[in-house]
Amino acid sequence: MAVAVSRRQFLKVGGAAAGTAAGALLGLGVDLRPKQVRAQQLRIKDAQVYPSVCPYCAVGCGTLVHVVNGQIVNIEGNPKSPINKGNLCPKGAATYQLHVNPNRLTKVLYRKPYGTQWEVVDLDWAMDRVAELVKKTRDETFVETLPNGKRVMHTTAIYSLGGATIDNEWNHIHQKLMRGLGIVRIENQARI
Amino acid sequence: MAENHPVAFRWVAEAKRRGAKLIHVDPRFTRTSAMADLYVPLRSGTDIAFLGGLIRYMIENEKYFKDYVVNYTNAATIIRDDFQDTEDLEGVFSGLKEAPQGTFQKYVYDNATWQYKRTAAWDAAKAREEALKAATFAEMIQKMVPPPAEKDPTLQHPRTVFQIVRRHFSRYTPEMVEQICGTPKELFLRVAEMLAENSGPDKTTTFVYAMGWTQHTYGVQNIGCAALLQLLLGNMGRPGGGILALRGHATIQGSTDVPTLYHSIQGYMAHPDARRAHDTLRDYILTETRPTGYWANLPKFMVSYLKSMYGDAAKPENDFGYDWHPKINGDYSFMASFHAMARGEIKGAFFFGQNPATSINASLIRRALANLDWMVVKDNFEIETAAFWYKSPEVQSGELKPEQIKTEVFLFPSAQVGEIEGTFTNTQRLIQFHEKAADPPGDCRSDTWFTHQLALRLKKLYADSTLPRDEGFKNLTWDYDYEPGKYPTNTRIQGEPDVMKIWREINGFKTDTGELLKGFGDLKDDGSTTCASWIYCGAYPEEGKFLPANRNPDPDDKPGTHLGWGYAWPANRRILYNRASADPNGNPWSERKKLIWWDAGQKKWVGYDVPDFPATKAPDTPAKPGATGLDAHDGKSPFIMMADGKGWLFVPVGLQDGPLPTHYEPMESPVPNLLYPKWQNNPIAKYYEHERNQLATVGDPQFPVVLTTYRLTEHHLAGGMSRWLPWLAELQPELFVEISPELAAEKGIKNLDLVRISSKRGTIVAKALVTPRLRPLTINGKTVHQIGMPWHWGFMGIAVGDVVNDLGAWVADPNVQIHEMKALLVNVEKAQ
Repeated sequence: MAVAVSRRQFLKVGGAAAGTAAGALLGLGVDLRPKQVRAQQLRIKDAQVYPSVCPYCAVGCGTLVHVVNGQIVNIEGNPKSPINKGNLCPKGAATYQLHVNPNRLTKVLYRKPYGTQWEVVDLDWAMDRVAELVKKTRDETFVETLPNGKRVMHTTAIYSLGGATIDNEWNHIHQKLMRGLGIVRIENQARI
Repeated sequence: MAENHPVAFRWVAEAKRRGAKLIHVDPRFTRTSAMADLYVPLRSGTDIAFLGGLIRYMIENEKYFKDYVVNYTNAATIIRDDFQDTEDLEGVFSGLKEAPQGTFQKYVYDNATWQYKRTAAWDAAKAREEALKAATFAEMIQKMVPPPAEKDPTLQHPRTVFQIVRRHFSRYTPEMVEQICGTPKELFLRVAEMLAENSGPDKTTTFVYAMGWTQHTYGVQNIGCAALLQLLLGNMGRPGGGILALRGHATIQGSTDVPTLYHSIQGYMAHPDARRAHDTLRDYILTETRPTGYWANLPKFMVSYLKSMYGDAAKPENDFGYDWHPKINGDYSFMASFHAMARGEIKGAFFFGQNPATSINASLIRRALANLDWMVVKDNFEIETAAFWYKSPEVQSGELKPEQIKTEVFLFPSAQVGEIEGTFTNTQRLIQFHEKAADPPGDCRSDTWFTHQLALRLKKLYADSTLPRDEGFKNLTWDYDYEPGKYPTNTRIQGEPDVMKIWREINGFKTDTGELLKGFGDLKDDGSTTCASWIYCGAYPEEGKFLPANRNPDPDDKPGTHLGWGYAWPANRRILYNRASADPNGNPWSERKKLIWWDAGQKKWVGYDVPDFPATKAPDTPAKPGATGLDAHDGKSPFIMMADGKGWLFVPVGLQDGPLPTHYEPMESPVPNLLYPKWQNNPIAKYYEHERNQLATVGDPQFPVVLTTYRLTEHHLAGGMSRWLPWLAELQPELFVEISPELAAEKGIKNLDLVRISSKRGTIVAKALVTPRLRPLTINGKTVHQIGMPWHWGFMGIAVGDVVNDLGAWVADPNVQIHEMKALLVNVEKAQ
């Protein structure tokens, strides 16, 4: 998808908003306009802007993600969105810290059975191991027909939970993979 | 709403500025109450008594919207002679019987007596037998069309829905409301008057709710009760009307539509089920298809879905692979699954962006996790679920020891929204695309990457299998890799699937030409179309045109339906059943409330929204006797998904616990059921039996206080997306409990004291916030105290606190298996 809002267009919108706010203070004999424009430019200087959506609640506020040199430098409300017109609540306004945060995990952690600590493991190794475990558990617990003769083609020994904060595309392929394997315990936050 | 969805509340504030009236009904006084014209307290869990009182008021005072009710609802329909109401049977409907094993219930209902009375004899079993012999799905459905229902448009017949509803709620008087809910009668009557004043041809009222209505053992009936009231007031399918669910996750709607939920497959079709007549595809289609109304098209949706699963291997001669598709055979919901896990019946588990270690009856969940052989957590931070084996309260207390826990644990770091391209579906069914702005750090990957890579590995592992049980998986189509040379070059991450290929499959295409489908009207039941999700069909109607990425809002002087912003399923309609925004003749009910209307010159429906009605079906079109689908409806039947085209005041099929909402007490209640003393609780509510899941008794002296839980503006759910963020952790650093000054005085508790809160399941500690925002209520002469607690905390992250859900119980609504965290019994004491 192409970037829908160019930096120039964005600055136009941002500048207009800043002008209104600062203009209100003019009547008090205070002119903040030069400072505001400078602050805006510093924060998003040379940034590319990508339209996005707030990942918290289901109101669906539009956001703009600013990127400089491949790094996210700022996330704020999209003034063009008819849902939020640029506003965000405290959670939405903190979306930046979901991305840029020293508490964030960046490696796969693994705990052996009966282990007492985490180990950092290779992503590919972990993926292979999970695939093996899924196959092993599925093969050991798969039921083709019930004692009453009804065909079920399922396993109830594997459980998949989650999805309401994750893209529709994931929900689609994940439920497809699970059902394709016969895994029927599929649930997410919408239940509770 | 002002607390949890403040940006949406902005529009409530705007409506108020333009003269709208705002009523807030809540056990707690909140920021929303502060903005309201009228704040109305009530006891948590008594909403049906309250709404039932409003229904009675509208009927007895003739404040309902008569033209709307007679033409657009099933008010005039006559119900079978053998139906018996809760008024006849002291609290239950006809059809109650003992539950079969394994349902976690004492009773279930047989709904045979709740059905419409037909104008001629109708033997459904015999019709089904005949239908099974038919050559095509269309013929099958044709044979299942029942004779029309009997009606009395004067609404006077004693067995009309209208009269049954009137009698059902006849004892829900303002006095009864006061006794049950604790809401002063005068305040209740003021609500009723304001609702009536603000509904009708020229005005509409909307209801907005969240978990305060859903988290009950009669949660679905709470919403149904509001729907009944809104239909009486003529507020459905009209601008400014409806019932709005304020949902709490970015795509909780999408994950219900494209369902990672056990009970349904794509687009709200029932999951094939070994307990029902679903043995073959024909059985499934006969059982699930409503022959009249839009659901008559279900064979097209289902066959196209199977084609999306099994591709070319899905053929007419093998029932499109139906036998490969798994069937469910029980309750596999959230609580039922943890119940199974606690018994050691589950070996492996995936947790994607969900944190059950702090969920309902959380201590029991954490113990259950130790029974797993393996678990995968995929999240942004080291959440409680990932750390249960070394950091949980049960490990701290020595009850669980890491060296005795067998579970093999994987914690995969996730990419975040700005690092992925994809879509969310918001609470108004609006699908919105978000772009990828940057790569995620380190080994963080999108969940889509994870599932795609897992599938590719499993495909390899099963490639050589010759077992019949693996045939379905081997035939499962999995074509999401980018075409050669098309993989994005501006990323270091390899192996992401092509999101637009996933959308081809969701939207659907013609199997011969590969041409994308323009909408669900193009679907076929012969295998010539494939489409995973019929309701999303049309979102991607042609190459290079992906409507969820549209960002063209209406200018300020336009109606504001914003049809150019994102894509709302179905067919980009913004208000469902919007035919009801026009009168039976097709004219707007009023100039002020016009949305779509019949243009006699152009012979079509026109207006500000996409009509949720056949575009050229005139208002005077008669129903075709014996026809299937929408031909069975006349031009005055807006509710196209319903078999009879009408809004259902009385619900003959689809609800497990009765055709009408009925007041029952929460499973834990301080008082007996005043309306139906013989039936304290929803008779078919679920209870998941376990020694650590005991319930308090009615009016339990050990647990006299009602607890309700809620969320804060600054935190999100179990905290996985907020308690690790310094900005948010600083704003709301610790757990607290809101206690009224009266209860605090009684218990010797001062503001900021540490307080111990206990239920029959657990005990936690929190800081007291003594505040008149919570008031003691007088319930049938007895003083009942309520306390409130936010539930965002846990033992990990940078803002930690006790897990409020440790107090919760595994009890459930029988329709959807939601729990009852909004009304528990607890005790409160000052902690030493």
